[in-house]
Amino acid sequence: MSASPIQISYREACRAGIRDALQRDQRVFLMGEDVGRYGGCYGVSKGLLEEFGAERIRDTPLSESGFTGVGIGAAMNGMRPIVEIMTVNFSLLALDQIVNNAATIRHMSGGQFGVPLVIRMATGAGRQLAAQHSHSLEGIYAHIPGLKVLTPATLEDARGMLWTALEDPDPVLIFEHVMLYNMSGSLAADAGPVSIDKAILRREGKDVSLITYGGSLHKAVEAAGQLSQQGIECDVVDLRALRPLDESTILSSVRKTRRAVIIDEGWRTGSISAEISARITENALWSLDAPVARVCSAEVPIPYPRHLEEAALPQTATIVTAARQVLS
Amino acid sequence: MSEPKLHLSRDSLLKLLHQMVRVRRFEEKCDELYQSEKIRGFMHLAIGEEAICTGVMAALSPDDAVVATYREHGHALVRGVPATAIMAEMFGKLEGCSHGRGGSMHLFSAEHRFFGGYAIVGGGLPLAAGLALADRMRGERRVTACFFGEGAAAEGEFHETMNLAVLWNLPVLFVCENNLYAMGTRLELSESEPDIHGKAQSYRMHSEVVDGMDVVATNAAAMRAVTRIRNGGGPSFIECRTYRFRAHSMFDPQLYRTKAEVEEWKKRDPIPRLSGWMDSTGLLRPGDLASIEQSVEAEISDAVAFAEVGRWEPVEQLTKDVYAESAA
Repeated sequence: MSASPIQISYREACRAGIRDALQRDQRVFLMGEDVGRYGGCYGVSKGLLEEFGAERIRDTPLSESGFTGVGIGAAMNGMRPIVEIMTVNFSLLALDQIVNNAATIRHMSGGQFGVPLVIRMATGAGRQLAAQHSHSLEGIYAHIPGLKVLTPATLEDARGMLWTALEDPDPVLIFEHVMLYNMSGSLAADAGPVSIDKAILRREGKDVSLITYGGSLHKAVEAAGQLSQQGIECDVVDLRALRPLDESTILSSVRKTRRAVIIDEGWRTGSISAEISARITENALWSLDAPVARVCSAEVPIPYPRHLEEAALPQTATIVTAARQVLS
Repeated sequence: MSEPKLHLSRDSLLKLLHQMVRVRRFEEKCDELYQSEKIRGFMHLAIGEEAICTGVMAALSPDDAVVATYREHGHALVRGVPATAIMAEMFGKLEGCSHGRGGSMHLFSAEHRFFGGYAIVGGGLPLAAGLALADRMRGERRVTACFFGEGAAAEGEFHETMNLAVLWNLPVLFVCENNLYAMGTRLELSESEPDIHGKAQSYRMHSEVVDGMDVVATNAAAMRAVTRIRNGGGPSFIECRTYRFRAHSMFDPQLYRTKAEVEEWKKRDPIPRLSGWMDSTGLLRPGDLASIEQSVEAEISDAVAFAEVGRWEPVEQLTKDVYAESAA
């Protein structure tokens, strides 16, 4: 039985997920820079300090490595911390803790210790925040065995991925695209936890597979709408997780449409789009009627002026063009 | 002794002596086994520094947690991890305390709340603070002891953790093993302020310096600190001034220090220092040393035999323990 839908923003859906986790499990707490009194850099945690108190909504110093490591230790010792890092660019300051500790401890300890930690952070461009607040580095984390990498692109996933991530015995990174926070829509009032290991077809079509995730999903869906008017029907694959990658959904879509365009806001070189392209050619080369195409960010640090920032990113128009090219 | 604790019983002193001899002989055996290529990889001996792990561990309860570095054979041994499991780990065998996955630098034992040896300098500090945060949030009166070398004081994570630990009143005992050299770089060449304990003090942490070649003084300092911490006094810092008699690792020709300096420090060897003092005060009886050596020799010979007959993990299990079994 599903309750009637409510109007909600992506930001509020993220907050509802956090609140739900804090209510469900006393071991859960949130920590990060300005998550308490300020309400979160992007307003996600607004009001939670008043509701849950300073023990569970912990403002931290500007010490990404320090508080991420604290999250790892607390997770190893029975808690279920949610660490918020303001943006993916700042997470590089915590790379040592994430890559050298969180991702390795289960293995190095022969399975004796796990790190059931969730790290949330904003990613992506589109707000004219220039080259130190706009990058899409989730693909770097998807390179690392021991981590799980989630990219909620819908209200349902923003609301529901967190709890599933917290129940996971291993470290999970959740990337929230900055352009999605203001996205509003309707969501079931009783929306709850969702799976974190399956890609989902957001639109079905027979001619070409648009494979994407996160902020680019909505551009791909828009492109699919335009292409449909031109008589081209697209599968739109929302990866949802970059690690583990749901290879079977990707391959079954490509085997059906025989054409693939991968849209990734990361840079092309060494990106998750390169990985997906490789998996397709490794596993479904003989199903392809055209080379795999990619729409990625230009190989440039994201520039400040709007026209250059827009030119640097995958856009609906470039996705349409790429899809038409693989069909020509 | 700088701070003779005359109330210390003959029994407890003999135990300290026994532990230091165990650690010394164990590492001497490791050196031998490294030469015969039974042990490979990087191996860091702490010969000369045995008083620190011995003195500090004797101040902890089984419920407390320990975080150590890559120079941690002694810490694991004195904490109670069986010599057999440690030696098997050095060999890379399945029966090792990390099931062979960690080796010399990554000894773990959940049973002994030994949260591991960490080989990124400074990387264990935030994690230790996190273990302590979990205890504090649950209202447990446990202490987390975090060992690291003076080289860590140059890392940002050291400072981030000092700050956070005091700010959040975390029950951590920071034990700095100041052996004067970060690999081959002498303290004065890497620190503008070589007084390490003063750095902790500057974060308003309770901090003291102790002669790390004196096991009784080290133990007394650790007992004071642990009592303070357990009573809610917040984190404490002990800087133990010590010296490693051997090379940094097995690949170190020791070009950075003189033989004379090493010889000078060997005069302060913590083992003869304790036994000599016990002898002079009548606490050591004829046969005590021989009996310690005999039992240690038997224990180590058992450990080597155990490691020798240990099994190699089947290659089919290569990717085990990257994620929890239920997940992935």
